[in-house]
Amino acid sequence: MTLLQKICKYLLVFLKYFSLVFFSFVAVLPVVSCAITAFKTDTEYQQTNVMVPPQNWLNFDNFIQAFQKANMGRAFINSVIILVCVLVISVFVGTQLAYVLNRFKFPGNNLIRNLFLFATLLPGVAMQVSVYEIMTNLHFINTLPGYIIMMCGTDVISIYIYIQFFENISVSLDESAIVDGASYFTIFYKILLPLLKPAIVTSCILKGVGTYNEYYSANLYLQDKKRLPTVATSLYTFVGPLGSKYNLICAGVIISLLPALILFITCQKQIYSGLTSGAVKG
Amino acid sequence: MATKPRKRSFGQWATSRDGQKVFVMVAFMTVPLLLLFVFTYLPFAEMFGFSFYNMKYVGARKFVGFKNYIRVFQRDDCFGALKLSLYYMVGSVVQLALSLYLATVLSFKVKGSGIFKGFMFFPFLINGIAIGFIFKFFYTRGFVFDTVLQWCGFQLDNLPYWLRDKGVNNISLVGTSVWRYFGQNMVLFIGAIMSVDGELYEAAMLDGANRFQQFKYIILPSIKTIITLNVILSITGSLSAFEPPYVITSGANGTGTYFVIMHEIAHTQQKVGLASAMAVVLLMIIFAATILQKLFFKYVFKSADDEDLNATAKRDKKLAKMAARKAGR
Repeated sequence: MTLLQKICKYLLVFLKYFSLVFFSFVAVLPVVSCAITAFKTDTEYQQTNVMVPPQNWLNFDNFIQAFQKANMGRAFINSVIILVCVLVISVFVGTQLAYVLNRFKFPGNNLIRNLFLFATLLPGVAMQVSVYEIMTNLHFINTLPGYIIMMCGTDVISIYIYIQFFENISVSLDESAIVDGASYFTIFYKILLPLLKPAIVTSCILKGVGTYNEYYSANLYLQDKKRLPTVATSLYTFVGPLGSKYNLICAGVIISLLPALILFITCQKQIYSGLTSGAVKG
Repeated sequence: MATKPRKRSFGQWATSRDGQKVFVMVAFMTVPLLLLFVFTYLPFAEMFGFSFYNMKYVGARKFVGFKNYIRVFQRDDCFGALKLSLYYMVGSVVQLALSLYLATVLSFKVKGSGIFKGFMFFPFLINGIAIGFIFKFFYTRGFVFDTVLQWCGFQLDNLPYWLRDKGVNNISLVGTSVWRYFGQNMVLFIGAIMSVDGELYEAAMLDGANRFQQFKYIILPSIKTIITLNVILSITGSLSAFEPPYVITSGANGTGTYFVIMHEIAHTQQKVGLASAMAVVLLMIIFAATILQKLFFKYVFKSADDEDLNATAKRDKKLAKMAARKAGR
């Protein structure tokens, strides 16, 4: 290897790590600057530059204040209720649908698959005009159950994850159970559902993140912010008179993304694999 | 009821396998199909209906025929807003290129790849409204972005107001969208690259192919499906760009994209008919764009597939060569 080639090689390695460090920096900078500001007292926030670290990293006053002002206790309770209900319902609905679509051959099977696929092409925001009208007619606005039912609405990615998983579970398992006289319900609940666990975990994480982060529908359909805030919509408290107290706002923002951060750190692998399997198939 | 004589009684049929099958199908599919119907296809159909009326959410409706559509095409703000999609399209091209580059780098041996990946992916998990606040703060005069630029030697006086100046504010907003999604795209691409057979790299390495050649001849052909998919998604996504302006600027100062204006017309001005017409027009454009792109890629790949045959032949030759070399030793 000549000297020139060596220099070239090291330069490439340097460029590689430089770009990785640079883009990681870009990715975390907005969030980190927010965290820095969240720990500052009012006077500190007014007098120092935003990138100067706070004097006291243990100053949790802003977090406490933001938590109370934005009614985040209530918001967390609501979000948990919504999350649990949506996940339980959509796991049952999704796995059952995937079971029928994968195991039974009947006319219309493909049509149903295509109907679900086509639904993904329609951008949600465009439909909100008429979904809002339907929600009004069903008296679902400002009720938690109504919102939950709407959020359970179909999500194709998890159905695809389930179908893909069913394809890898041998049909002979079903057949031998049928020979033993088991009903289809028994086969599904006792044999197949437990086997689906990895797929359920994956799709729950994806759906859970989506539901927890949903602010547009929550803002539209849970308008009673006093009684029915979710974690995402509770941040709307900071729009308006509090709009320039960024130390408080940042604290609220950080609180709202803590659950996602914890989930991410603990379930990194499932999140990545869930995304990949959903996308490759879809 | 006149039943054919050879048919079993209903009770017998219900307990038989066939009957059970139908029961299970009905039991398992009613709820998802109902949800799909009520929250996707019914609104879809209603939207078409609404677009011919002059109406609010409550109160009287008046049939106006195609007037709403004519108004969509006449109003400057509606179609002018579609021009903003160009910004988002450029943004998504940058985003795809960037995430493809990072994914390629990270799929080779890199120290601390998990941490880099995690850092870059995390923005995807932040909720939209929090992103709105984070970037309002980030772009505020003299705050985070300006400070960092000052570290790099820029003068504060020369810097624009990132969210107010019409020359840059759309670019700033597109930047937030790239920031949010490039990590997610990267993870998708890494997944696709990882599914490539590792032997191919070894063979290429033995033949002295450098990284760039490996990328061009091995990685790119094997992940072209997922790239195509992402290109299609990102173009339809740019046409329906909504979140960044909605949460950060609320569409002020010329940042209102088509959907932001539609949302405003529907929910603030309550002109439901006009908003529906806008939605229908955009859906048509999106469908047209999707179909055109599918045809385009089909055409491109058709000619590329011939080349591909050559490539596979070459690859096979390489593998054979490698095997021969190993055997020779």
